[in-house]
Amino acid sequence: MADIRSNFLGIKSPNPFWLASAPPTDKKINVLRAFEAGWGGVVWKTLGSQVKNVSSRYSAVNYGGHKIMGFNNIELISDRPLDINLKEIIECIKLFPDRAMIVSLMADNDKKSWHELIKKVEDTGAHGLELNFGCPHGMTERGMGAAVGQDPEIAKMVVEWVMEKATIPVITKLTPNVHSVVPTGKAVVEAGTNALSLINTIQSVTGVDLDTLVPNPYVAGKSVYGGYCGPAVKPIALKFLTTIAQNETTKKVPVSGIGGVSTWKDAVEFMLLGASNVQVCTAAMKHGFRIVEDMIEGLNNWMDEKGFNTLEDFIGKSVENIVHWEDLDINYHHIAKINQDKCIHCGLCYIACEDTSHQAIDLAQGKPYNTYSIKDEECVGCNLCQLVCPVDSCITMEEHRIAPEYINWIEYQKRGLPLNDH
Amino acid sequence: MSITNNRLSKEQYEKNFADIHPPFENKDAALVEANRCLFCYDAPCMKSCPTSIDVPKFIKQITTENIKGSAHTIFSSNIMGAGCSKVCPVEKLCEGACVYNLMHEEPIPIAKLQRYSTELAMEKKWQLFTRKQNTGKKVAIVGAGPAGLSCAHVLSREGIDVTIYEKEKQGGGLMTYGIAAYKVTPQFCKDEVDYILSIGGIEIKYEQELGKNITLEELQKNYDAVYLAIGVGLARQLEISGENMEGMVDAISFIYDIRNNGFSKVPVGDKVAVIGMGMTAIDAATQAKRLGASEVTMLYRRTQDEMPCTQVELDIAMLDGCKIIWLAAPKEVIGENGKVTHLVAEKMKLGESDASGRRSPVATGETFTIAVDMVIKAAGQTPYQSLVTTNNLENQNGKLKVNHSLTNIKGVFAGGDCVNGGREVVDAVQAGKDGAKAILDFMLNVEC
Repeated sequence: MADIRSNFLGIKSPNPFWLASAPPTDKKINVLRAFEAGWGGVVWKTLGSQVKNVSSRYSAVNYGGHKIMGFNNIELISDRPLDINLKEIIECIKLFPDRAMIVSLMADNDKKSWHELIKKVEDTGAHGLELNFGCPHGMTERGMGAAVGQDPEIAKMVVEWVMEKATIPVITKLTPNVHSVVPTGKAVVEAGTNALSLINTIQSVTGVDLDTLVPNPYVAGKSVYGGYCGPAVKPIALKFLTTIAQNETTKKVPVSGIGGVSTWKDAVEFMLLGASNVQVCTAAMKHGFRIVEDMIEGLNNWMDEKGFNTLEDFIGKSVENIVHWEDLDINYHHIAKINQDKCIHCGLCYIACEDTSHQAIDLAQGKPYNTYSIKDEECVGCNLCQLVCPVDSCITMEEHRIAPEYINWIEYQKRGLPLNDH
Repeated sequence: MSITNNRLSKEQYEKNFADIHPPFENKDAALVEANRCLFCYDAPCMKSCPTSIDVPKFIKQITTENIKGSAHTIFSSNIMGAGCSKVCPVEKLCEGACVYNLMHEEPIPIAKLQRYSTELAMEKKWQLFTRKQNTGKKVAIVGAGPAGLSCAHVLSREGIDVTIYEKEKQGGGLMTYGIAAYKVTPQFCKDEVDYILSIGGIEIKYEQELGKNITLEELQKNYDAVYLAIGVGLARQLEISGENMEGMVDAISFIYDIRNNGFSKVPVGDKVAVIGMGMTAIDAATQAKRLGASEVTMLYRRTQDEMPCTQVELDIAMLDGCKIIWLAAPKEVIGENGKVTHLVAEKMKLGESDASGRRSPVATGETFTIAVDMVIKAAGQTPYQSLVTTNNLENQNGKLKVNHSLTNIKGVFAGGDCVNGGREVVDAVQAGKDGAKAILDFMLNVEC
């Protein structure tokens, strides 16, 4: 069995799966249930000046009969009294001393407020702090959350305040509601944050009720921009994560990966692109804490199969495989191939290619089953047919290099090689 | 042993004749299946439907909650799409061709989904078609069965006034009178006819029989075109001794009585033999059992490989407890006091392939006898040979000969069972569409 214990800035947890700062971590009863289920750690729901929440608070995007492909919330930070939260944090740490307890913070925008809050939280024995610079709804209108994370200067200033006071590791959580997370990431690393976490939720409108004409989520006939998360945001999170892992300044600190992590596979992908651990929320909100069982087992089995003994053996391993477009090998070419024994004659590859790609699939009429085959000379190797095919491994991409040697776009231009090659 | 009616309680009848293919319980259930559909291109299911319903499209429309559009997609191709969803042998048509079969997965329940959309349309009385401006043309149709109704609906949409002459008291043809009651109820058949007629421009004159109350000459004189959709009706005789004894019934009349008179009014024997293995034979055998017969035995001249019914249908009969005897042909009916007591059958073996490509049964000379008090003949139906011959209509053993729906008489068209000898409802619907197209072309040419 592989060793999946995680050490994040000296904060130890039996596995790299933490629950993100969110409704599942806003009180003792939930957190204890999470620890009982096996979660390695939690980031306690953001503490700050007490707020008031509304109902409803969530909405979702369903797709193809599957519920919650994307999830949206308009809940603010903790609406419970600070002293109760602090008391419960102490109790949770005492009952599960081997789990990571991080507390998310969003103090009012002055040094004194931050210092007071940090002091109170550190007194609980928590292992780390996470600065919520990412919440995109409600709090931003008060100049907090994403409003801080979107401005590198303000973010830097707040981190400097925090670092003056904090004695335990500080993680700064970044907002994706920016064109790039790197400027704020750099600013807060320079200001001394010990680590980063990303992404927070993405501002969104999930839909409009076609009877009432009111967008979701519904609050007395009105709605508000919410924070989008869940499986739909994973690709965006992975991209932002990679940019942090590739930047010379930000790559110096560990990163906790967040954004649509639902399975062990998602977690591995985040870690391969530079995350030291991951945080989960939506998947747990959809299925309950039990999902961690398969995450632990799946990660273990995958590591065993790949021969990785510890998490450090593979963290960041895929970062170098994302390059600039100019570095891609232009001589690489592959062509789709349809396995006729596996083909079920649904025609999905054909119509996708014919209508929207390169007319590279031949249709031979049959009753009722047509036969589809690739016109090799027309195929540009775009993958579309393989992506739409409902049968596993029916369409494969076969390598047909244009030439044996690597050549990138810059060199290609330099040599004046032809553009009209198909 | 005796033949009696009213063998069961009201509750038992209701249970025995409850819908054999119940609908989806709710929208979510329909969506689970609709979302499984791959939305194939040039879909095998569509190509396997005689009326070419765009199956992927109507299923996709269920997933987008555009049920009105879904029903329109179905009815545009098949105005009896609601009835067909209940009676089509989909296992050899759309569902049999579903690509999921090739993945060894359950096919999409196309019929059930079709029922979902069409039933809602009928329940809400959505009128999904508008008639074009009246052309002033009039067409007479003989027979308000699937072919006649389908033809009438297309013509009405094109702005033609249609009068249908129907010999029965209700429309729907074999849908109403010739199909097992656990597939479609009399109320449904009536509702379906009403729904089809709701477009307007179609009048049905009931209890008007060609050759009795009306003549072809009159129709030709009073209308711009005539469409014959008279079906087939006469049960094929067995041509064996004892055939006229009490207790000998033909499947068509037996099923007609069940549909027309109500379950408790239809007499059925204790021990019933059913001759034949087509869809009608199955419908007769299973319903005899469900009416309370203690023993039902089906006899077929050939083997399971050649049977005309589908495996799904055979399974219904077998699950109902009907006994099946393959390679057996009726030879003689024995009785006492003019009432059936025994059926003598001859064992058969398979010989050379016949014209249908199936191996033909050959008598072995060996016989066996079973005790029965009722024999239901379901060895096929024959066309109305004398009727068509009297009217100088070219035919082959009574089956009308047509060229693109046109008979040998100018302005007289025909389609459905009276041409093909008796096929599925869905085939008749397509024949009606083809007939309407031919009639429209004909009337346009006349104008030119």
